[in-house]
This record gives sequence, C-alpha cells and structure tokens, in this order.
Amino acid sequence: MTTSAASRPADHGHSHGNKQRFITGSALAVLLTAIPFWLVMSGGLHSGSATALTIFAFAMVQIVVHVVYFLHVDTKSEGGWTLMATLFTAIIVVLTIVGSIWVMYHLDVNMMPMPTAPGGMGAMR
Amino acid sequence: MSSNVAMPSRHDGSVATRTWFVATEDHAHGGGATLIGFWIYLMSDALIFASLFAVFGVLGRNYAGGPGPKQLFDLSLVALNTGLLLASSITFGIAMMAMESDRVKRTMFWLVITGLLGLGFLYVEMHEFAELVAQGATPQRSAFLSIFFTLVGTHGAHVAFGLIWLVTMLIQIGQRGLHVENRRRIVCLSMFWHFLDIVWIGVFTFVYLYGVIR
Repeated sequence: MTTSAASRPADHGHSHGNKQRFITGSALAVLLTAIPFWLVMSGGLHSGSATALTIFAFAMVQIVVHVVYFLHVDTKSEGGWTLMATLFTAIIVVLTIVGSIWVMYHLDVNMMPMPTAPGGMGAMR
Repeated sequence: MSSNVAMPSRHDGSVATRTWFVATEDHAHGGGATLIGFWIYLMSDALIFASLFAVFGVLGRNYAGGPGPKQLFDLSLVALNTGLLLASSITFGIAMMAMESDRVKRTMFWLVITGLLGLGFLYVEMHEFAELVAQGATPQRSAFLSIFFTLVGTHGAHVAFGLIWLVTMLIQIGQRGLHVENRRRIVCLSMFWHFLDIVWIGVFTFVYLYGVIR
C-alpha cells in the first residue's frame, strides 16, 4: 500500500494487493470447506469424536478466514471498533452455545429418572 | 461524506502520500458511520443465530422416536449447496473489486452471477425441505426437526431477503450507476452476504456433518 508515492501506481498496487488477498482467502475457504466434507463423506477418521473435533477445528479456522479475508476485519478498520464488536460478539456466541449445551447436558444427567410408564415423559424421548 | 472531498485530491495527481492514504481509507469504506452501524446489526444477527445454534445443541438429539440426521440428510446435496453459497461469496468479492475499479457493467454482471448462485442455493434448500416433509419429517415430528427447520429456515430466509436486496441494488445501479450512496449500499450488502456464508459454515459443520457422524 505504501510502495509508491504517485497516486496512480499506488492505486494500482492497492487493488493488486486486494486481489492477491482475495485469491488467498478464496483458496483457503474452498480448501477448508472441501476437507471436512471429504473427511465425513469418505467415512471419517478412526473414531467419531476425532472426526468431530477435526471438522469443528476446520469450521473455526474457516470462520476466521472469512472474517479476515472477506469482511476485512482488522485492527485498523473503523479505528478498531469493528474488531472490538466482533470479539465481543464472538465471546457472547461462545458463551451462549457452549454454556447452553453444558448446562442442559448436566441438567439432563443429574435429573431424577422419569417414570417410563406408557404415555409418560419417558416414552416421549 | 469526506470521501467526496478527499477523492479529487487523489485523481488530480497529488503526490502527497499522506493525502493519498486518507483518501483511500475513505474511498474504501465510504460512509463510515453507516458501515459500523451495519456491522453492529450483523453482530446482533449473529446473536440470533447463536441462540438458535444453542437450541440445536440442546435439542438436536431429541428425535422422539422419529428419524435422525443419518436417515434424513443427503450430504452430497448439502455439499452442492455449500459449494453454491461459497461460490456466490467469491463472485460477490469479484463484483466488489470491479466496483472499486469503477466498472459498472462488470460489477452488475458479477452481482447477477451472485444472485443466480444464491437462487440456486435456495432452490436446493427448498427441494431438501420438500423431500423431508414428503417423508413425514415435518417440524412437528420431533424437537430435533423443529429446531432443524427453524435454524436452517432462518438462514434461508436471510438469503431470500439478501436476494431481494440484490435485485433492488441491480435496478439502482442500472438506473443511477455507481454513485457514493450505491457504493455504500453495495458494501453493506456484501457484508451481509459474506456474513450469511459464515453462518452457513456453522450450519454445515454443526447440523449436517456432525449430525451424520455422531
């Protein structure tokens, strides 16, 4: 971006840099999508939980790739406020999803067993 | 606003590096207040999806004796859909680059391609929903299916509204060209579109792929 002082060549360099960035982001996004699909559709790793952890890791990385390369969130955009809003949202999103699953799982495990009479709550599950 | 003032200084051959830098910042993110505001909206939308994902995480195994993900999901169809949406995100990026170099026809062309890919995505999704309903796997069947249709349907509704917005923008650009307001709107729409692709990453990983292997 600061390679040239003259406005025209600088402009060209800027858009060229954007293009390069965009191609990198697109290639990464395609790769990070294709690998988890291939992994699951070809039968997965030896254990189900290893496959699950792998595809979740790929999803996390791909979300970061999209946010950085496609949405251009960095420390400089809007004086850092988009980054602050994004990090705050990420924290809330993780708290909501992980917290809900955690709390409800333990509730499920620690509740007294339901009567399994026909038509009772046990039969609903 | 300030981009109007700053842009001439960029095109009249000014060699002051500092002036140029400020101009591009404004040029690339014209309408700063709108963009940060729209970003906050997207983040609040992310929270809606977060609560839907949380509900799916809690209810996703409550099949009520009905069919589960293994019987219902056709991963090749999901892969096709994922490809369509990812491709539309990439073609929107190409349209954005065409807009940055002031090529109106090229911008419109890539926006049309993006819209067609989005339409394809919705078609495949509706086809999938129709198949599920035909098998008796309706939202009323189990808690799992209720939240499946709510989560995936909410995402689909966003894509549908994004398409309406996209068609509106195509008409606007066709009539008035790429003026400052239209550029700002297109930047917002591109953020919206990329955001929907990000939500879809969560959907295909958590709902479809994880649903099939667990």
